[in-house]
This record gives sequence, structure tokens and C-alpha cells, in this order.
Amino acid sequence: MKPEELLYAETHEWVAVSTEGGRKVGTVGITAFAIEQLTDLVHMVLPKVGSKVAAGKEFGEVESVKAVSSLYSPVSGEIVAVNDQLPGRLEKLGDDPYSSGWMIKVALADEADLSKLMNQAAYQKQCASE
Amino acid sequence: MSGALNQTPLHAWHAAHGGRMVDFAGWSMPVQYGSIIDEHQATRTAVGLFDVSHMGRLRIDGPGGTTLLDRLLTRKVIGLGPGKIRYSLVCKEDGGILDDVLIYHLREPQGDLYHHLVVNASNREKIVNWFRSQMRPSDEATLVDQTLETAMIAVQGPGALRLLEPLVGADLGGLAYYSGAETSICGHRGLVSRTGYTGEDGCELIVAAAHAVDVWTRVLESGKDQGARAVGLAARDTLRLEAAMPLYGHELNESIDPLTADLAFAVNLSGRDFIGREALLAIQAKPNRPRRVGLELAGRRIPREHYPIIVGGEKVGEVTSGTFSPTLQKSIAMAYVQPQFAEPGTEVAVDIRGSVEPAKVVKLPFYHSRAK
Repeated sequence: MKPEELLYAETHEWVAVSTEGGRKVGTVGITAFAIEQLTDLVHMVLPKVGSKVAAGKEFGEVESVKAVSSLYSPVSGEIVAVNDQLPGRLEKLGDDPYSSGWMIKVALADEADLSKLMNQAAYQKQCASE
Repeated sequence: MSGALNQTPLHAWHAAHGGRMVDFAGWSMPVQYGSIIDEHQATRTAVGLFDVSHMGRLRIDGPGGTTLLDRLLTRKVIGLGPGKIRYSLVCKEDGGILDDVLIYHLREPQGDLYHHLVVNASNREKIVNWFRSQMRPSDEATLVDQTLETAMIAVQGPGALRLLEPLVGADLGGLAYYSGAETSICGHRGLVSRTGYTGEDGCELIVAAAHAVDVWTRVLESGKDQGARAVGLAARDTLRLEAAMPLYGHELNESIDPLTADLAFAVNLSGRDFIGREALLAIQAKPNRPRRVGLELAGRRIPREHYPIIVGGEKVGEVTSGTFSPTLQKSIAMAYVQPQFAEPGTEVAVDIRGSVEPAKVVKLPFYHSRAK
């Protein structure tokens, strides 16, 4: 996934939208900036396939040596896939956050969620001010 | 704490070298420069440099300084030989801990003896006020807060002494653990002590604020080839936690006494009097006091401060500090538990944000340096 083609949430998640089997699916992860800020990830909790998420609501948590942080879904819908390999290789997450670092795939319930997200330029501006 | 944060003489260096500056006890301090785990491992395997200038540095002079300190510290100060350093507590009348400190007995180059006290940054004003309020005219002692005109740098790790040897006037090989001397440090007058807060061998250096950057950069430069690096407060915390050293505000506070905190080694109850002694004698006689223990968890979730310890659905204690141990590659914590659950091997659980995670009581410390 190319960072310039993704949409971003204020809470540092990214989403890539594609069409899979005739429906819109959002692939969700966290940004390189977020990983850089967190540092030293030790644990991650991801949801189960089939569970529902809502835009702006917590879908999991990531824990670093310093603190535990919630993961917020940028979109609403049913989770159709979970990257179960990821919690076992967190130290590699920073190497490739936008491809192998994906966390969940969500069958979009409402494409209007996407209009509330930022493009890369707007997200970079937010990061620069943090 | 209100208003602008205090800055150490190394503040600009930290900011220019990727230090993430945070408010720590009213000081702007580097919590990390990069990965906490890398900084931790560098200290365990090579050398870590820590700016600990935020710690309070107090000098006590005068003929009555010794008796004054002996009345205020849990550890015997009368008879502490020149060059010796001891860990001690400062207690209230009821035995509650006001601070944990290092007391140094030192000799100036001209031969005059004096005492030096290193106190926690968060307690500096409290301790200065406490000492002043407890001083009697008959003590013939003076207390000077030297924190702002000096800097303190900890150099810690298996390579620390070898790195410092050519830079420090004193013979470090001959300097026993927990002793110190006034000497030259990179050509500047300073104080070197074989002390630290990481569980590794090493030294702490005190120099005038004006020489802090020179000493820091020269030690770092000299140690580059052996892997010396700057280490922030976050790794200082994981290091001290593996070494099971208590941290004021977590394992220690004004409602915890030194005996409950398992610091009896720093309390000399017999043959002397000090503030808090009577209370500690009474506490010593009391059965069923909570105990400070170590916990190891089966999973990787981190037990954080105040998380409840659970046995059979009942709360039997509380976590005071927890982290992911880079050395053990396990989640660990220190906690206070009821005494019947304090034996190593006891199976307990920690309530981590609503989910009950299995844990085991283990012997402290979690990590013991082979070198020291």
C-alpha cells in the first residue's frame, strides 16, 4: 500500500479502500509516525473475524514499554479478516507499517465514514504540529 | 508545580540529540532518545550515560552536621568513615517515608570533612524544608542546596569503570562500591562515586554546571567505540525495576514505612535515636504487614501501577511499578501483597484493565549483575 493513497484518522490509523468480492473493504493499520512515537511495542490485542466495529471506536490495543494505547477504527462495519501474525512480530511493524503491518479488514457499512478522514498531506500537517 | 520547567545544564544537548523532553518532577528531562529497549540493553552490555542533574544535591557542613543527620536519617551517620556512602531513608515520626537518599561523607582536598545528600527531585524542597525545620541552633550545622549550580551524570554498565579510568583523577579500581571522592573529572574539579540506580556497576559524577556539557560529551566520545550512549529516564526506570530498586512515589511514600518496603538493611534501630524510630519499633513487632514482592507474568501485557493483585476473586495487593523486562523478555512488576501471598512461587493474578492475567511471585531482584 502506498502512503500517498491512504486515508488517515486523527488518531493515527490509516485505511486503504479496495473492492473485494463486489463489496468495499477497508484495510486498517497504524502509521509510521504512530509507531515511531510509541516505540518499543510489546503486545497487541486484535478483535475476532465477524465482530463489528464502529468508526471512532476502539477495536484493539497496542502496548509499548511506556504505555498502553487504544486502536480506533476509522470506519464502521464487520471485520472480515484479521492479521493474526502481527502480534507475534511487533518488532517488525515499524519496517513496513503500510503492507505487512495491516491489522484488520472491515466490510464498509457506510462509505460516508471516509469523508471524515484526511489525505496524506493533511495528516502530515497534523503530525508536524504534534 | 507551576510555571516554567527547570532545565539541567545538558538540556540543549538533549534537545539537539533527539531527546524527547517531558516534565519530570518540575524538570524538563529526556525520557528517551530512541528505543527504550536499545538504551536499556546498551546499559546492560556496554555503557549508558544518564543526566541525573534533576536529583537534589545538598551539602551539610559544620561541627554538628553529623549529629543532625544522625537524628534525621534511619541509617547511622555517626561513625560513617570519610569516603563512604550509604543508602538511607528519611522518615516522619510515624515511620512514613519522606524520601530515600544517599548520604555521603566526604573530604575536601584541603582535608575538611562534610556531608553530602542526594535526594529525589520530587522531594527536594520538602526535604530542605524538613531539615531546616528540624535544625536546632545547638546543631551548629548549615545546609546548602547545590542542585542548580551543579550537574550530575551517571555512567553505568559493565564498561563504565574502564571508560572513566583515564578521565578521572581518582583510582576507580580502588574505589569500593558505595564510596566516593573529590577528584578531577575531565580536568574539572568534581565528585566521583561508585553508585547508581541501574543494577550495573558504574559511577556518578558531580561537576559544576558550567562543565557539564564538556564532561558529558567527552565521556560519550571516549566511549563511542565500546557502545556508550545517552539513556533517558524511561530506560532508567526499566533498569532500576529489573534491579528491584524502589522508586519514591511508587514503592515508597509517606504512608509506607521502610520495614514494609523491605528496606530494613537501611534502618539502624539499636543504640541510637532518630525521627521515626519508636514508630518503626512498633511496626517491627506487628505481624501481618504487607510485603513488597516481585511478580512475573505469563503473558506480555504489562501490569501498571495501581492494578489490583487478585487471589480467589479477592484483592490481596496492588502493583506499584510494572514494565516489560528487556532482559527477561517478560512482563514484570513490583507490588505490595498481604504476607500470606508473599512467598516466591505463589500463584496470583493481576487485574489488567478487567482481564485477570496469571502471575507468579518471584524472588527479587529480577536481574543481578554478574560484574558487580
